[in-house]
Amino acid sequence: MSEFDLIIIGAGPAGMSAAATAANGGLHVLLLDEQQQPGGQIYRNVGQNRASRGWLGAEYASGARLVDALDHPGVTVQSGATVWRLGSGPRVVWSQNGVSHITSAPHVLLAGGAQERPVPFPGWTLPGVMTAGAAQILMKTAGMLPQGAVLAGSGPLLYLVAAQMIDAGCPPKALVETQTPRMMLAALPYLPKAAFAARVLLKGLGLIRKIRKAGVRRYTAASGFEATSDASGVIHFSFRSKGQQQDLTCALLLTHQGVIPSTHISRAAGITHEWNAAQVAFQPVRDVWGATDQPGLHVAGDGAGIGGAEAATASGDLAALDILHASGRISADTRNQRAATARAMLFRSRAIRPFLDAAYRPPAETLSPPDDTIICRCEEVTAGAIRQGMREGPQGHRQIKTSLRVGMGPCQGRMCDATVRGILSAGKASRMGLIAPPRARSPIKPTKLGEMATLTNDQEETA
Amino acid sequence: MKIASRFLTPPETGEVVQFHYEGEAITAPAGLSLAAALLAHSGAFTRQTVNGAPRTAFCMMGVCFDCLVEVDGMPNTQACMIRVRSGMVVKRQMGLRGLSGGNDV
Ligand SMILES: Cc1cc2nc3c(=O)[nH]c(=O)nc-3n(C[C@H](O)[C@H](O)[C@H](O)COP(=O)(O)OP(=O)(O)OC[C@H]3O[C@@H](n4cnc5c(N)ncnc54)[C@H](O)[C@@H]3O)c2cc1C
Ligand code: FES
Repeated sequence: MSEFDLIIIGAGPAGMSAAATAANGGLHVLLLDEQQQPGGQIYRNVGQNRASRGWLGAEYASGARLVDALDHPGVTVQSGATVWRLGSGPRVVWSQNGVSHITSAPHVLLAGGAQERPVPFPGWTLPGVMTAGAAQILMKTAGMLPQGAVLAGSGPLLYLVAAQMIDAGCPPKALVETQTPRMMLAALPYLPKAAFAARVLLKGLGLIRKIRKAGVRRYTAASGFEATSDASGVIHFSFRSKGQQQDLTCALLLTHQGVIPSTHISRAAGITHEWNAAQVAFQPVRDVWGATDQPGLHVAGDGAGIGGAEAATASGDLAALDILHASGRISADTRNQRAATARAMLFRSRAIRPFLDAAYRPPAETLSPPDDTIICRCEEVTAGAIRQGMREGPQGHRQIKTSLRVGMGPCQGRMCDATVRGILSAGKASRMGLIAPPRARSPIKPTKLGEMATLTNDQEETA
Repeated sequence: MKIASRFLTPPETGEVVQFHYEGEAITAPAGLSLAAALLAHSGAFTRQTVNGAPRTAFCMMGVCFDCLVEVDGMPNTQACMIRVRSGMVVKRQMGLRGLSGGNDV
């Protein structure tokens, strides 16, 4: 038997808050994360940065509190530990430094977070084109500051990265935003509810003010993204804004259209998923505590549906309380009482989502890009090839996948699944949920055959 | 191709490690991810697709697999997920390795 009562996959705000709550309640917790440091995407490297890199902001710095709470005798943290299989039991198979381990526990919490939504357009595969999140990760982990960068796309994270770049002394050359006045109008009805999250709303307005004050050039209602690069690696970025053709030159083009839950692990575990029409993405079905339809499996954080860091922290707490109850450590009454604070926090932080989801909906050309766009970066399949494939017969996600090898490369569809779905739905977000999500198979991360071969079925370790 | 730099890199004040990239000796701060070190070095391509297209780190968080390089003879290593080690020998990965082939998983 394993010495752990709970295995948590992902050391972001959701996983870290769950680990602390569970350990304080007397459980032995194994916290696995494939990154080298706990923190997740938002609090990347916060334990190391602390006082330095103040330009990342106070909210970032506040993450150190969650990292510090992991210093508890009940919590075992394994960093650089990639989970590649989750079987019934639940049994978690994870790889660290080229060696795989199997650990079982009565409870597993999936807190794997989100990834940025792919933003395909002709030229998005060129060196020098990256995601805005990637640039932010470089700022957080390496102190590397983007030079002469253009930020393009939409969403709160785009503003946050722009503001962080301004504070770090490397303001973006321009901000190219896809949202249109019509989208803002569509979002207005959700504004009253968003007032419950007034702090977040004000913070957002503050970011926009900062960008204005810094004199960053802004283009709105932008479409028709295209990038080329010349022999020296410089990027030429062209697009239309309010009907006018624009051409910008930059060293870095950083794109972003919001984040979507990372569902490879939850799909491979057999958890039922539902379509979130407002967020244009699939998410695992779970109850108010994060419990799923698979025995012993809870989900929390952005991997269960995009809610942001505060919602992730709260949902991790709720899952841990439910697991404490299921382990016989606390009564249902105690669980319910102790959940009050997290529930209130979850309510507040979720209040702003409908507004954000409507205001920063991904544009049709992101969901279903023009024919000459590579949509599967691994296998270099274009949008046109998929449309051609559809005309020849196969209509489902899986048939298209097997006939064109789209999504069959090393990233296993992480960079194209959303786009294939968009093309199959002819760019209509309303139709995207009608197509079943593709199957996700273990290993959910490519693993060396030799490493797999060293595992036998009944072998089990206690980390 | 060598673009001057896409990033302003911090002055190296702490511990540094030296490693080899395409036969060239490179110094980088200890603790940095290999992908970050390669981006700081030139920002140029670090892998070539089957069709010969240049690619380099794109997501920096382990999802895109465009940062694949060969490290100490081991192909298909995600440069964004490992740290620079003193003396490591890094090569560009040209074309596909078996990993994504039809029957390996
Ligand atoms: C690139 C990026 C940058 C972001 N930056 C910000 C920001 O600055 N501010 C903000 O408010 N929001 C940001 N977000 C949104 C952010 O994801 C959430 O608000 C918040 O981090 C969600 O917390 P979480 O605990 O659910 O997941 P995360 O913080 O994403 O943590 C998930 C963790 O799970 C680990 N993991 C995933 N799969 C596996 C596996 N198979 N094996 C082992 N470990 C695994 C990951 O390494 C990661 O550390 C960002 C999102 C992305 C994708
Ligand atoms: S940069 Fe995307 S996987 Fe490494």
